[in-house]
Amino acid sequence: MTDLTLAPNLAAPDDTYADLLAAHEGLSEADSARLNARLILVLANHIGDRDVLRQALRTAREALPEG
Amino acid sequence: MTRIFETPLYPYEPSADQQADSPVRHPVVVIGAGPVGLAAAIDLGRKGVPVVVLDENDKVSHGSRAICFAKRTLEIADRLGVGDPLVDKGVQWNLGKVFFGDRKVYEFNLLPEQGHRRPAFINLQQYHLEHDMVKRVRDLQDEGAPITLRGRNRVTALAAQDDHVALSVDTPDGPYRLEADWLIAADGAGSPCRDMLGQGFTGRVFEDNFLIADVIMQADFPTERWFWFDPPFNPGQSALLHKQPDGVWRIDLQLGWDIDKEEEKKPENVVPRLKAMLGEDVDFDLEWISIYTFQCRRMEKFRHGRVIFAGDAAHQVSPFGARGANSGFQDTDNLCWKLARVIAGTAPESLLDSYDAERIQAADENILNSTRSTDFITPKSRVSRMFRDAVLDLSENHAFARPLVNSGRLSVPCVHDGSPLNTPDALPGGPQRSRPGSPCPDAPLGRGYLLDQLGEAFTLLALGTTAPEVAGVTPLALGREDITEDLRDRYLGQAAGALYLIRPDQHVAARWPAADAATVQAAVTRATGQETT
Repeated sequence: MTDLTLAPNLAAPDDTYADLLAAHEGLSEADSARLNARLILVLANHIGDRDVLRQALRTAREALPEG
Repeated sequence: MTRIFETPLYPYEPSADQQADSPVRHPVVVIGAGPVGLAAAIDLGRKGVPVVVLDENDKVSHGSRAICFAKRTLEIADRLGVGDPLVDKGVQWNLGKVFFGDRKVYEFNLLPEQGHRRPAFINLQQYHLEHDMVKRVRDLQDEGAPITLRGRNRVTALAAQDDHVALSVDTPDGPYRLEADWLIAADGAGSPCRDMLGQGFTGRVFEDNFLIADVIMQADFPTERWFWFDPPFNPGQSALLHKQPDGVWRIDLQLGWDIDKEEEKKPENVVPRLKAMLGEDVDFDLEWISIYTFQCRRMEKFRHGRVIFAGDAAHQVSPFGARGANSGFQDTDNLCWKLARVIAGTAPESLLDSYDAERIQAADENILNSTRSTDFITPKSRVSRMFRDAVLDLSENHAFARPLVNSGRLSVPCVHDGSPLNTPDALPGGPQRSRPGSPCPDAPLGRGYLLDQLGEAFTLLALGTTAPEVAGVTPLALGREDITEDLRDRYLGQAAGALYLIRPDQHVAARWPAADAATVQAAVTRATGQETT
């Protein structure tokens, strides 16, 4: 099973962070939420590995209230 | 014109049982002459097991109802000798269109896998299917098969005993009683049998109503499947347009749970919606309108001693994926060879418990799939709707999103992994799709197709090896001219040769590179429930 990469992996973290914010610029909160949903789907398809995605979902869910 | 579903097809006739001094005992009584009950009767009758079918009605089903019959059902129908009329009459389509809101987001071609005798599915009104099946019953009766079909025989009471079931039946000539060694309850989603035995129907997951209309188009309309998510003429819901034979189109409009059914059914409310779907200038006649309510649920157990539930009586799913009638056919396919052996005394009663294990596994798979379709079609939360809409939006320009669009996953037969009847896979390099527990994939031979070669007994399929002689097992050794590329892909994979033990319901029980008679016999013993390790 491939492990989810949790070590730093971005060559230019500040640039990527800025790209993320720029993509949302000028959008309403509702449209930003739509963009996020689409982005997740695009990235999920790129990763393609269900095990990695499940680890990512678990990591993202950490410290959020239990369902 | 009298329509097919208005003509009595098996009218009431008095039977000698009604005059008997004490209740007459029959080996098998089937309640319900729908597709599942008829399939059971044909299957058992062909095996020489006397079977009496009771139905409170005397006609085929009213309106189109189940309309999509999947390949596995057609293969079972072939085994029962009724495949040809279904496929000759049925409509096949390959082109589908998906709409989201007011626009078409994409279209697709199904491109079904080649090398199968039967198509991936056909569209056919349930009444045509039942009509053909009743005709098959009549033909079998003419050949001497012990099948009796009793119309307008309504079961009013059931008493399940250890070794039989006692029934009270009402007819136009009054009530009578009869007994069955075994009872197959195929009396539909509202199963009176279930209620009479005090059995629950648990696991409700979802509830919805569908307006179903059969429409006759006046002009040509393309043979395509159109599915709408959240269309302007049915906001927040879904809609489906499907072609059936005889120029009849089937329209399913999802209505949600909290509706006024009588109001929704009125033509003045239906017609404007249909015009919005089809276009203002399309002329059509409404043949039939119904409101269909479904739940996703199943009985905890399908076998209750001498009473065995099959089809919608045992399990109900949402209509997405055509997993209702199709899974019912698989129920009887699974059940009848087992029941025939138990009745003949060549297998223990406990073999019937494997019907429970295997078909409950299948029902859970069907409920899972249809629930997922339902969650996509009718999102239950804001975030669920957001992802659904994102998938549909992306699907317009990006192929990657299209496999995520879920308007129903077409019924495919369950692979019975972990079944107590399986012998562990012993074929290194063998294809996954034909591992023990799998339904045999069809494949072309030099001439004809593989599934047509499988008989009523266990079959020992030998590919590039020899089949040892085993009592009660029919060998089927295929030579080089029959081992086509498709057959090789589907049964050999990386293996040079293989021996497959195939059950009467065309599921793989065991496979080896080669095996001696004792090894095969052990697998037969296991597959007939005579060993319970």
